[in-house]
Amino acid sequence: MSLTTAHSVVAPSSNSKRLAGVLVVGYALISIVPLLWIFATSFKTPPDSIAYPPKIVFQPSIEGYCNLFTTRTRQTPEYINSLGPATGFCDETVRKRNMVIAGPSNFLPRFVNSLIIAFGSTFCAVFLGTLSAYGFSRFKVPLADDLLFFILSTRFMPPIAVAIPIYLMYRELGLSDTALGMILLYTAVNVSLAVWLLKGFIDEIPREYEEAAMIDGYTRLQAFWRTVLPQATTGIAATAIFCLIFAWNEYAFAALLTSGTAQTAPPFIPTIIGEGGQDWPAVAAGTTIFLVPILVFTILLRKQLLRGITFGAVRK
Amino acid sequence: MLNRTADNAARATPEPLAKTIRGISDKGLAWLFISPTILLLLAINIFPLFWAIYLSFTNFRANRPNEVVKNLGLSNYRRILGDQDIWIAMQTTAHFVFWTILLQTVIGFTLAWLIDRKFRGHAFWTTIILVPMMLSPAVVGNFWRFLYEPQIGLFSYVISFVTGIPPTNVQMLSNVELAPWAIIIVDTWMWTPYVMLICLAGLRSIPEYIYEAAEVDRASNWRQFWSITLPMALPFIMLAVLFRGIENFKMFDMVNLLTGGGPGSTTEVASITLKRQAFESWRTGYSSAFAIILFVAVFGLANIYVKALNKVKQR
Repeated sequence: MSLTTAHSVVAPSSNSKRLAGVLVVGYALISIVPLLWIFATSFKTPPDSIAYPPKIVFQPSIEGYCNLFTTRTRQTPEYINSLGPATGFCDETVRKRNMVIAGPSNFLPRFVNSLIIAFGSTFCAVFLGTLSAYGFSRFKVPLADDLLFFILSTRFMPPIAVAIPIYLMYRELGLSDTALGMILLYTAVNVSLAVWLLKGFIDEIPREYEEAAMIDGYTRLQAFWRTVLPQATTGIAATAIFCLIFAWNEYAFAALLTSGTAQTAPPFIPTIIGEGGQDWPAVAAGTTIFLVPILVFTILLRKQLLRGITFGAVRK
Repeated sequence: MLNRTADNAARATPEPLAKTIRGISDKGLAWLFISPTILLLLAINIFPLFWAIYLSFTNFRANRPNEVVKNLGLSNYRRILGDQDIWIAMQTTAHFVFWTILLQTVIGFTLAWLIDRKFRGHAFWTTIILVPMMLSPAVVGNFWRFLYEPQIGLFSYVISFVTGIPPTNVQMLSNVELAPWAIIIVDTWMWTPYVMLICLAGLRSIPEYIYEAAEVDRASNWRQFWSITLPMALPFIMLAVLFRGIENFKMFDMVNLLTGGGPGSTTEVASITLKRQAFESWRTGYSSAFAIILFVAVFGLANIYVKALNKVKQR
């Protein structure tokens, strides 16, 4: 029997495969254009970035990155010439535009805030999540399903709606615009994902290991420490990366609850302006730096992605 | 096998050894393990929620904390239900949810179905397609403003190149007709991979032998698609739709950065209305009432979602 029909799953013909391939690759290429454009724009000069028609071939420059990390003041050419030789790439680039570097911009501190808050909240969420997931997975907890649903339901609230009372609460407690406040908040948001994902991972570890360890005289706690944790490492790592990505990307809470000291990169990047409006090469440079870690993580997470986005409901 | 051995061994072990050596009972441990999470959620989620419920019955304004707070009873709720702007915002939200889900499901399922053909290099291209959904909606959405700029933006340039409309006339973000579509395009670009990934899992969950049996029965490809592929993948498609529905009901990041709810209030979704009322007009009591109404709506959706989730899990 020949099985070479166009859409048969049993044995797709080479022609239908080729067509499917062409369509998928076409979509992939179109969908990646905005990202390539961000990357390209970050290496353009401001005039090049707003050229018409849009420039696909251009002289790469690091001006965008210089502008991202510095603040500049406009000076007369005479004054700039009196300064002596330029001290490095950025200084030179900026002087060509009749400016001098006045100091560092806010980008680096904001980026560091993103790092501190993302890692801090991820650690807390994974720590609490691992304990709870083990508890739900191994013990008879009264009302377990209701508690698990409650934990998940905290995820369904629109952030802005939660932000109103949180804003007031943090104002009373002195937590508004502090890294600690944001870490607590992101931990609370992420812990639901951590519990659900980790419960799935721990459920897959056979109980016999612990039981055997306990027969050997270990306590439950020691058995958890020696047998379950080592086997759940992959799951814990995947969960941590998901929490990290969420905290890294989060905008709504950050925009409403931080304004200065604890502001993270997502609300900051859109506010980067140059002379006469948005400094697009600098914005693109900030965006590029901000996206690179996520790209790396996405590639690392490929196999766990499905689990993460469905709260462990769908496993390959 | 192991179980039985363990049981026998446990029976042989004297009681105090098996259960509570130098430690806490299982019950105590379970409680110890679960309570920190619950306490955190109570403090950061539930307590503020009750506070919001309390505020929703008052005329409190966060920018005037020293004013005397009056209890208004249900009048905030009454005003919301009679407020033209709120209804328009809900309609705008529904409009976005409908179109984004429709587009993402159609494109996402089609892509999954094509990838399932397993052409050469499909794993690599799938990864490339997945990238947009992992990025920060705010940071990427912000950059789309640049792509949409009339004349200098890449998107506007391509549109004018294809259609012949002068590039200065492609006003994606400031034209009342086009602004909602500008947001729907970005959302679809970002989240189609999400739907695709879940659909792909659905298609891969269909056992090969069903198709083989259908081949033996001489069922046409069309027939196979309608009576095997689609019904078996349906729970997964529904799951993706529910996830996107709940997410887009809360839509904020992208709209806030692309249009801020404008031009006028053509793209003002529920979250933007909430932000305007709460953090611009400072009508804390009023916006809390609206937040509570949204909670109830989302909670209803969440319930439906969990039921569907359990259905999928049972398969």
